[in-house]
Amino acid sequence: MSAPNKSYDPVEVEALKPEEIERMRDEALAAFVAASDLDRLQEAKTAHTGTASPLALANREIGALPPQAKAEAGKRVGMARGAVNKALAARQSELEAERDARVLVEEAVDVSLPHDRVPAGARHPLTTLSERIEDIFVAMGYAVAEGPEVEAEWFNFDALNIGPDHPARGEQDTFFVDAASLGAPAAKDADGSGVVLRTHTSPVQIRSLIDREPPVYVICPGRVYRTDELDATHTPVFHQVELLAVDEGLTMADLKGTLDHMVQALFGGEGMKTRLRPNFFPFTEPSAEMDMVCYVCRGESVGNPDRPCRTCSSEGWIELGGCGMVNPKVLAACGVDPEKYSGFAFGFGIERMLMFRHNVEDMRDMVEGDVRFTRPFGMEI
Amino acid sequence: MRVPLSWLREYVDLPATETGRDVQAKLIAAGLEVESVEQLGAGLKGPLVVGKVLTIEELEGFKKPIRFCTVDVGSANGTGEPQEIVCGARNFAVGDKVVVVLPGAVLPGDFAIAARKTYGKTSHGMICSGDELGMGDDGSGGIIVLPPEHEAGTDAIELLELVDEVLDIAVTPDRGYCLSMRGVARETATAYGLPLRDPALLDVPAPNSFGYPVRVGDPAGCDRFTARTVTGLRPDARSPIWLQRRLQKAGMRPISLAVDITNYVMLELGQPLHAYDRSRVQGTIGVRRAEQGEKITTLDGAQRVLDAEDLVITDDRGAIGLAGVMGGANTEIADHDEEQGTTDVVIEAAHFDAVSVARTARRHKLSSEAAKRFERGVDPQAASAAAQRTVDLLVLLAGGTAEAGVTEVIAPSAPRTIAMPADHPDKVAGVAYGRETVVRRLQEVGCDVYGQDSLTVTVPSWRPDLAEINDLAEEVIRLEGYENLPSTLPKPPAGRGLTERQRLHRRVGRALAGAGFVEAPNYPFVGEQVFDQLGLEKDDPNRRVVKLVNPLSDEEPALRTTLLPGLLATLRRNDGRGSHDLALFETGLVFHPRDEAALPARLPAARRPTDEQIAALDQALPEQPRHVAAVLAGAREQAGWWGKGRQGDWADAVEAARTVAREAGAELIVQQGQYGPWHPGRCAELCVFVEYADGVAADGSEGEIVVIGHAGELHPRVIKALGLPARSCAMELNLDVLAEAAEGTLRAPRISTFPVATQDVALVVDEDVPAAVVEAFLRDGAGELLEDIRLFDVFTGEQIGEGKKSLAYALRFRAADRTLTVDEASAARDAAVARAAEVTGAVLRGA
Repeated sequence: MSAPNKSYDPVEVEALKPEEIERMRDEALAAFVAASDLDRLQEAKTAHTGTASPLALANREIGALPPQAKAEAGKRVGMARGAVNKALAARQSELEAERDARVLVEEAVDVSLPHDRVPAGARHPLTTLSERIEDIFVAMGYAVAEGPEVEAEWFNFDALNIGPDHPARGEQDTFFVDAASLGAPAAKDADGSGVVLRTHTSPVQIRSLIDREPPVYVICPGRVYRTDELDATHTPVFHQVELLAVDEGLTMADLKGTLDHMVQALFGGEGMKTRLRPNFFPFTEPSAEMDMVCYVCRGESVGNPDRPCRTCSSEGWIELGGCGMVNPKVLAACGVDPEKYSGFAFGFGIERMLMFRHNVEDMRDMVEGDVRFTRPFGMEI
Repeated sequence: MRVPLSWLREYVDLPATETGRDVQAKLIAAGLEVESVEQLGAGLKGPLVVGKVLTIEELEGFKKPIRFCTVDVGSANGTGEPQEIVCGARNFAVGDKVVVVLPGAVLPGDFAIAARKTYGKTSHGMICSGDELGMGDDGSGGIIVLPPEHEAGTDAIELLELVDEVLDIAVTPDRGYCLSMRGVARETATAYGLPLRDPALLDVPAPNSFGYPVRVGDPAGCDRFTARTVTGLRPDARSPIWLQRRLQKAGMRPISLAVDITNYVMLELGQPLHAYDRSRVQGTIGVRRAEQGEKITTLDGAQRVLDAEDLVITDDRGAIGLAGVMGGANTEIADHDEEQGTTDVVIEAAHFDAVSVARTARRHKLSSEAAKRFERGVDPQAASAAAQRTVDLLVLLAGGTAEAGVTEVIAPSAPRTIAMPADHPDKVAGVAYGRETVVRRLQEVGCDVYGQDSLTVTVPSWRPDLAEINDLAEEVIRLEGYENLPSTLPKPPAGRGLTERQRLHRRVGRALAGAGFVEAPNYPFVGEQVFDQLGLEKDDPNRRVVKLVNPLSDEEPALRTTLLPGLLATLRRNDGRGSHDLALFETGLVFHPRDEAALPARLPAARRPTDEQIAALDQALPEQPRHVAAVLAGAREQAGWWGKGRQGDWADAVEAARTVAREAGAELIVQQGQYGPWHPGRCAELCVFVEYADGVAADGSEGEIVVIGHAGELHPRVIKALGLPARSCAMELNLDVLAEAAEGTLRAPRISTFPVATQDVALVVDEDVPAAVVEAFLRDGAGELLEDIRLFDVFTGEQIGEGKKSLAYALRFRAADRTLTVDEASAARDAAVARAAEVTGAVLRGA
C-alpha cells in the first residue's frame, strides 16, 4: 500500500471521478451479462473484480486522497464494488443453474436396463420347506434332531417294534449295506450286515430318546431311502420330517392339536385342520393316517361339481402321512418308563408336500437339480 | 381283500339304500383302508338272457372260423322264434346253455347292441363271454357255457349277479381277521350298530378217534389240526354260478369244485384250508419241521429245497405240503377233466405259527392267500367251523358223504387276558369316555370284560394283535371315532432353538445362494469307475466305499465319498439342457468305511441297550461327515450393456470356499496343492487350524493344520472324462472339520478415529512364492499400527525379470491414540518390508 500522500491534489486523481467509477461499474455489469458460460464469467470476474481490475486499482487510490475526500470516494467505490459482486454472484448462480439443467439431462440413463451381471442363486425348495416346518416347531420349543443316514437295523427297525419277523419289515423296500464294504468281516449267516440306508427318520427319534431324558420334544428332518425307481411320483431318495413328543400325560388330542397347528402355520388362515383315520404302524399304538383340509378349496369342492378342485380331486382332504401314540414297547426299548411317560409322533414326506403346496407335477423336477426349477424358489419358501 | 356288497349283506342287515360308498365311509372311519369301490355292471342294460343253442352253421371263406347260430331265448325276444346270431367263438356246441344279449341292450363300457350285418348274415345280438359282461377274465377267453339246468329266456343279469359293488380293502398287518368276510362283516355290524350273523357259528360234531389219522410232531408250529373226510364226490360236479361269481368278485379264479369250496370258505371265515385227494395220501398225515435239504414240488410246479426251519405236512412218503403256505403237487385234487377224477378228499383246517409261515414264505419267495392270512394271524377257534363248512358244501354241491370221523389235534392254550385300568383309553385319547363306554366298545370288538376300575379283558381268538393295553385303547378310540378327538396343544419346556451346527448349515446355504450358487442335492449313489474319471490315485482313501447289497442300478452300487460325482453330473445335465453359465452347490453326507468295524450285534428291543452296546452299534456304521461342494462352468459374470462378461475360474472356486469359511467363523488357510480331480497348477489346498481336543501335545503345540478340501479349476482330463464344459471349476470341503476350527464368539474391534496413513509398496519375489506368505510376513513385520493390508496388483514382465513377479500392496496404518507422523508410518512400512524380505527374499521394487 502506498504511504499517505502529504501533498495532494484531488482533482488530479482521475480514476476517482464519480463518472469514472460509474463507468467501471457499468462495464463490469455489462461484461457479466455478456458472459454466456461459466468460463467466460470466470474471465469477466478476473477482469472486473481481480486485483488488477479498474475498481481494485481505484480502491487503492483512495489512500492518496486528502482525509476530507476519502470518505466520499471510499463510499462511492465501495458501492460500486458491492453492486459488481452482487451481479457476479447472481450471474454465477444463473449460469450454474443453466449448466446443471443441461448436464444432468445429458447424463440421464435408461433405468430399465437389466443388471443381471451375476444371476441370483437359490436354495433348493426341499431344503427351505423342511426348514420352514422345523421353524414352526422350534418356535414351540422343540429341538431339531439329526442322525446318520447309514443306520443300524436296530435303530431303523428293532427299536421301533419292527422285529425280524414283523410283516412290516419285509414291506419296507430297504437298501441293505454290504458287510465287507464296511470294513467288517463278512456276515456269518444270511442275516446280512445289520446296516441299512435308513428307510425313515424314525431312528433319529430313537436316538433322541436314548440320548435325552424326558420330556423330549424333537423334530427330525432328513433324507431317507427306499428301493423305488425314480418316476413321476417316486424317488428312491427322499426327505421326511418326523416329530416326537414324549412327556407325562400326552394324549392323542395333543397329537391332533399339534397337527392342526402345523397345517395352520404352513397354509395359513381359516378352516385349516387335520383329520385322523385309524391305521396301523408297528411303532405307534394307537396309529392313524393323517389328512389335512385341502388348502386350495378348503373342502368346498366336495359335492360341488361346479367347482371341482384339482389339488384334492374334490375329496376335500389331502393325505399327509402317518402318526400315532408312541408304542409303549418303543419307549421301553429306549429306556423310557411307559408307565410314567407317553408320547406322540408323526411323519410325512417333504417331496409330497412340496408337490401339492407348490403345484409340482413331476417328482423328477425336484431330483434333477435343473437350475430353471430351483432358481425361482430363492432363499425362503 | 375284495368284499362284494351283496355278499356282505348276507351277514349284516344293512339298509337297502346304503351304497358301497356309504359303507366305505363307515369302514374308513372304523380304521379299514377301503381304497376303492368298484361298480360292477355299471351301465349294463338288458335284455341279457339264457339261451339254448339250437343250430350251428359253420361259415366258410373267412379268415377266421365264423359260426351262424340259432338260439332259443324263450320269449325274451318278444316272438319266441329262434334268434339268429353270428359268433366267432368255438367253445360251445348245439344244446349248450349260453348267455345272449339282444338288440337294444347296453353292455359295460357303453357298448350298445343292435342287429347288424356281418359276414353276409344279420346278427341279432351276441353270445357273450365273461369279459364282455365285466365278470373278469376267467382265463378261457371263450364264451360262457352255463350249467344245463337254467331255462332259456331267464334273465342273466340276475342269474350271474352282474350288478354289484365291490369294496377293495388294503388290510393292515394287524387286522388279519379282515382278510375274511366274517371279519369285515363284524366291523360293518359294529360301525352300523347292527347285529352280526356270524358264519362261524355252526354245529360242529365233537372230535372222535376214528377220523383220518394225524400226528402233530411240532405243536409250537401247529397248535391245531382238524381233519375231515368226504367221500363219493361226483368228479364231474362243477361249481354253481353263485359260487363262481363270488370267487370272481373277490378276485379269485374258479378252478374246480373242491378247490373253489376251500377258497370260498377261506374267504368267508378267513381259515385257509387244504383238500387232499385221499387216494393220493399214504398213511398218517404229519406235521413236522423239514429236514435240511429235503425236497418238495409245490402246487405251482416248482421244486423247492427245504430248510430245517420250514414246517411241512407229511404222509408216509415224506413232505406233501409246505404248512400254511402251499400244498404239494403229489396230493393235488384232480381236475374234473382228468380221467381219474377225485372222489374222496381229506380236508385240512389247521393253525400254524405266524412267524414260521412268514419265514417260510419269505425264504421260498412264495406268497399265497394262505400264507398272507397265517402271517397276519388266523382265528384258531374257527378251524373246526371252517372244516365243517367245507364238508357241508362238498356234500351239498358235489353229492359227497361226510364221514363220521372227526380228527382234532389241539395243543392246550388258555384264552389271553389283559389287565387294563378302566380309564386307560381316556388317558391315551385325552377324552373322558367313562368306564361304561370303554366296556361296551371292547365287547363290540368281541372281548369279555370284567372288573370295575381295573378291567380284566379277555380278547377274542381272532384278534391276536390285541396284546397290550394300548391296543385295547385304540379299539375304544377308533370305535368312538378319531374324528371326535379334541384338539389341544402340549406345553413343551422352553427350547434353545437351533444348534450352532444347524445354524451354520443354514448360513452356508444362504451365503452360497447369495453369491449366485444354486443348490442341487444329489443322490449319493456312485459307481467306482467315477474315481478313475476323477483321476484319483489307486490308493486314494476316497476309493474305499460303502456298498449296497441291492443297489437300484448295478452301475452305481456304492455310496459317495465325495460330493463331486453327483454335482458334476448335475452340472453336465444343466449344460446339456442349454444352461451354460452355471454355479451349483450341495451340502450333504459322504460315507467312509471305518478301518475296522465289527458288524452290529443283534440286540433285543425289549429294553434299552447299554451305552457300550449303543457305542458298538455306532462303531459298525461308516463315518458320515457333512461336506459342502460347489461347481462352476461358463460365465461367472454375464456380458451385457455394461461390458464384457467374465468366465468363472479357479479363483471363484476358492472364493466359494472362503465364503463358507467366513460363515463358519474359521480362518481358512489356502495354499498351493495337488489333488486328482484338479488342474495341477490351479489347485488350492484348503486347510484350517484345529485345536487338539485333549489339550497341548508333547511338543507344545495346541493343535494342527488339517486339510479339509480342495478348490480350483478341474483337470482337463477329468473334464474330458466326465464330459464337462471346458474350464469347469470345483470346490469341496469337510464342513464338520471346518466348524471345529470356528473361532468362537467374536470380540468387537476397537475403532480409532485418528487419521489413516497409507503406504504402498511393490515387492518383487520369485514366481513360486505364494502371495499369501508374503502378505503374512508383511503383517508380521508391520506390527500393531497396521490396520489393513490389501494386494492391489500382481505384475510380471521384462522389467521385473524372468521367474519373478511384482506384488503391490496398499498398507493402512493407524494408531489408537494419536495421529501418526509420516516417519512413524514409514518406519512401520520398512519393518514390514524387511520382515517379508527376510523370509521370502522379497526385494522392494525400484530399490
